Amino acid sequence: MSTKEAAPWESPTLANASRTLTMCRAQREAVEWEMTNDPNVFMVGEDISGFGGVFGTADGLGAKFGLDRVIDMPISETGFMGLAAGAAMEGMRPIVELAYVDFIGVCFNALANFAAKTHFMSGGQFKVPMVLLTGTGAGYSNAAQHSQCMHATLAHMPGIKVVSPTNAYDAKGMMHTAIRDDNLVVFMVHKGASGVGFMGPLVKTSLADVPQGDYTVPFGKVKVYREGTDVSIVAVGLAVHHALQAAEELAKDGISAEVVDLRSLVPLDRDGIMESVAKTGRLVVADEDYLSYGVSGEVIATVVERDPTVLKAPARRVCVPDVSIPFSRPLEYSILPVASRIADAARAVMSNDRGKGRV
Amino acid sequence: MSLTSDVRRKMYEVMVRSRAFDDRLTEQYWIDKKPIFAFGAGPLPGELHTSHGQEPVGAGVCAALLADDMITTGHRPHHIAVARGVDLKSLTAEIFGRKTGLSGGRGGHMHIYDKRVNFSSSGIIAEGLGPAAGMALARKMQGKPGIGISFIGEGAVNQGAFHEVMNIVGVFKLPFICVIEDNKYAVTTHKSASTATERNSDRATCYGMTGEFVSGNDPDLIYAAAERAVTRARTGGGGTILEVETARLLGHFMGDPGGYITGERKLYQVDPIPIYRRRLIDENILTEATASALELAVNTEVNEAMRFAAESPFPDPIDALNCTFAD
Repeated sequence: MSTKEAAPWESPTLANASRTLTMCRAQREAVEWEMTNDPNVFMVGEDISGFGGVFGTADGLGAKFGLDRVIDMPISETGFMGLAAGAAMEGMRPIVELAYVDFIGVCFNALANFAAKTHFMSGGQFKVPMVLLTGTGAGYSNAAQHSQCMHATLAHMPGIKVVSPTNAYDAKGMMHTAIRDDNLVVFMVHKGASGVGFMGPLVKTSLADVPQGDYTVPFGKVKVYREGTDVSIVAVGLAVHHALQAAEELAKDGISAEVVDLRSLVPLDRDGIMESVAKTGRLVVADEDYLSYGVSGEVIATVVERDPTVLKAPARRVCVPDVSIPFSRPLEYSILPVASRIADAARAVMSNDRGKGRV
Repeated sequence: MSLTSDVRRKMYEVMVRSRAFDDRLTEQYWIDKKPIFAFGAGPLPGELHTSHGQEPVGAGVCAALLADDMITTGHRPHHIAVARGVDLKSLTAEIFGRKTGLSGGRGGHMHIYDKRVNFSSSGIIAEGLGPAAGMALARKMQGKPGIGISFIGEGAVNQGAFHEVMNIVGVFKLPFICVIEDNKYAVTTHKSASTATERNSDRATCYGMTGEFVSGNDPDLIYAAAERAVTRARTGGGGTILEVETARLLGHFMGDPGGYITGERKLYQVDPIPIYRRRLIDENILTEATASALELAVNTEVNEAMRFAAESPFPDPIDALNCTFAD
């Protein structure tokens, strides 16, 4: 089921006062609240206590909670991912900061072979409640090793929850949910939408009114940002904002696009995907991760496995076409799932309409 | 604690129990694996890494620990699990993939978890180091007692995780012991061919830790060194790298004939259990009669555990779908 929440730039109807925040500030508030209210929550990472993390995820937390709870680590991701997992097994709730998800290769073993499998292999004896907070994404000429999304690489491994909020309201609520979850949660935020100053202009649709107090946003529910009747644009991460822009363009052509944010890849809201596609009959998936063997294929497989007859036309994918992220701006923008590519795909799906039942 | 007669008898008993356990497993392992050897065949499928020869390390170190201490280890975990007091029946059932196993058959012999005695093992080299240090960190933050102990083989020191975790232990002065079981061979590769230093305990200096090296595969010396390391860890003296020369009497895994161990290098393959038995009798800690009685009792206990496992049902296939996530 999709949740019909207020659009993120509208005020959520919550009792406590709210302010418009960036994702980065909003999720940081959740971390601060949890650290204040649960002595087992602590943070480890590189350059977090004073600098606040490269993308501001720990800004001010070192000064507030001290170096014993906001622990600066050496450049030893294998070591401190394992460390966090062990601490989690003994009842702590570590939040590990890994500035760029691109670096996950050096500690993938500690995550995928240890943290993700311990609950299973121990038959439920040991829980590993830890959050890995990491930045994803391209669009600012940081080239092939600092621009990847890698949603699917993580989502593919059993035992890892993978979420990627796209607005400040969700970022805070999902961070509360992540910290309180008893599993390894990888919390992926697109750097371009996080609201960090040096990432360029703010993405307006990522800003939201955020309540002061704590609240949770559940995992495994899509968010319908914009309702439509002709085509579903199912997206993840920054591509959601590109899709919203594409929907504006399409509206000028008389095409009514529904924009669905997955928000959570594991667990995946397959019912929510199906509900939207069954309504519109057409599907475009937009994802900044690599095209093949990824989230976009999973979304389409969901529809095909449930009921391919809902599709009036073949689905299309707008992803990075299985190449590394180039440095040069025109090269980079040619392969990202920007609004024009999404709109083109939607138009193609519309013109490719072969009538319901003739898929 | 000190090296009392009771401790020494207990260490002998633990070594005998571990050996009997591995001997019974070995018998079961070869069923339906001859004349054609296949990992997946027989009542005990998969790889099997027994601890023949390494019993003194588990016995000596674990005798110096308290119940609050937390152990992680690797793919050759039996002697440490037995020494730590992991429930023998549940352990055996796990190795046979039964419903009554520690993890309901999801883990198997390389993945032994028993939260009741703070024990876990993981099949990937050097992977337990970070978690054991993290467990120690957790207890420190919670103000609870307990130190972290990770057992690795001498080959594991050449993993990046070793360097990373030892440095973290040194930087944060964590109550931690890295026990290196130097059985000379990383699968088939001799220590001299893989490692640029003879004694990995020498590396401790670089990490602000204390190094201890114990030769001779001698439980008394291992216990004494472990006790020093435990005292340091409990009193804020930081971590220890404790390297113990031990012996791998068989191949890397069952089915590996170990033909690459030749010439003088075979001389290290000395069975430590008869030597320790002789010593305890000579020093009047045991008599021939009490030793035999102890061995009989332990073998009976192991046989009962094997019977318990064999008579236990296999898990319901639906159990494969449980436990991926904590609810």
